[in-house]
Amino acid sequence: MPRQMYDKGKIVAGLVIFVIIATFPFWYNIGKAAPAPELKLTDKAKAEKECVMSVTDMKAGHMQLLDEWRDEVVRSANRLYVNSKGKSFNMSLSNTCLDCHSNKADFCDKCHDYASVRPYCWDCHIDNPKATEEAKE
Amino acid sequence: MNKNYMFSLIAVIVLFLIAYFGVETAGLHVLFGIVIPYLAALIFIVGFVYRVRDWAYSPVPFRIPSTCGQQASLPWIRQATYDNPSSNGGVIVRMILEVLFFRSLFRNMRFELKGGKKLSYIWEKWLWLFALAFHWAFLVVVIRHLRFFAEPVPFWVQFLEYLDGFVRVEFLSDVLQVGLPGVFMSGLVLLVAVIFLFLRRVFISQVNYISLASDYFPLFLIMGIAISGILMRYFIKVDIVGVKEFTMGLATFSPSIPEGVGVIFYVHLLFVSVLLVYFPFSKLMHLGGVFLSPTRNLANNSRAKRHINPWNYPVHVHTYEEYEDEFREKMIEAGLPVEKESN
Repeated sequence: MPRQMYDKGKIVAGLVIFVIIATFPFWYNIGKAAPAPELKLTDKAKAEKECVMSVTDMKAGHMQLLDEWRDEVVRSANRLYVNSKGKSFNMSLSNTCLDCHSNKADFCDKCHDYASVRPYCWDCHIDNPKATEEAKE
Repeated sequence: MNKNYMFSLIAVIVLFLIAYFGVETAGLHVLFGIVIPYLAALIFIVGFVYRVRDWAYSPVPFRIPSTCGQQASLPWIRQATYDNPSSNGGVIVRMILEVLFFRSLFRNMRFELKGGKKLSYIWEKWLWLFALAFHWAFLVVVIRHLRFFAEPVPFWVQFLEYLDGFVRVEFLSDVLQVGLPGVFMSGLVLLVAVIFLFLRRVFISQVNYISLASDYFPLFLIMGIAISGILMRYFIKVDIVGVKEFTMGLATFSPSIPEGVGVIFYVHLLFVSVLLVYFPFSKLMHLGGVFLSPTRNLANNSRAKRHINPWNYPVHVHTYEEYEDEFREKMIEAGLPVEKESN
């Protein structure tokens, strides 16, 4: 007896659905230019050259550093951070980080959007920290 | 010690060492980052289609009513419409319950002879609960990973991430920091569930007895995937933008090797690739197989409808009518009763 496929319609339909789902990454991105974000540094950041940590460490670990800073400031009222090179910084997102990196949309948001990360830093720290600083004083 | 799980564990450790030294020592980034993942995706898709197509060549001519409720009979006997469906609609509901909620597993019970005499049926839902947690968590993890394979990230992936990260746990200790970035529940649930499924095979003696290396291997492999993923997210941080650049390169067929992404990423990638390659050849094919379970996807209508076996041999039948036609006169002569007096 020749081998024969049973319920061919259903099997083929199911397999077509499977292939469509399994190849999602390949067809979803067709025709969409999706270059990796290029960071734009402000002149001030360029002039500074070195951030608090090295570029690789900042890329992978800036969220952890900010969290440590926050806890240190809020719980121990300690605002002094000394990095591995012995340089000291004021632990403050608004006044230290965003002082150089004042271009949030081009610096922070680009990568966060690309990697689909939504940090809640901005729930409190608004885009233009300088304005609030002046308002407080 | 059991040779089955030791064998599987060693296999996974060897895979880890291959990825680790292959990238760290030998610098085979292109092999582990591009060649193997592409091959794995190809083998997974082609192998999956091949297996399912192969199954479709097996005829299932008859209904297999291994059911769990009253079948359709007389109008005044209430039918269990979903547990013993007689219509396609009922079958669809039964399949949905099976595929999404593992209804068959929910029936799981434990039997014990109490005091050597009294048979008792014991409520046992742990396997169902952890199996459900495992599969759903795995699905969520897979969908979440689409953020690396789609640009812009679709809203439903972002929404799932929001739900998954709903519980915000953050705590800091001097040694390690947990909770940054935000904790995704699915990864942790996946790891806990897969550990449960493993321990079940180790500690329940009857299950242990029937467990083979091919049962332990996927469990260890998935454990490895979950652990390497969790490590990458919370402990040994990697440059996530670099990772996405790389995965997007794979998805758009313009692969390039990212710089400065740690070796742990390649370990994760090799584990996933091996899982994909292993998939079509193993019990993991139950992903496709569950839809083809004959005891679940056929309506129990054997009494209402005649199902004919397609490979029945064409038997020549000599019916009684033909017999009587042939011998009628001789039968009447001998005084035997006949149904018709003449042709």
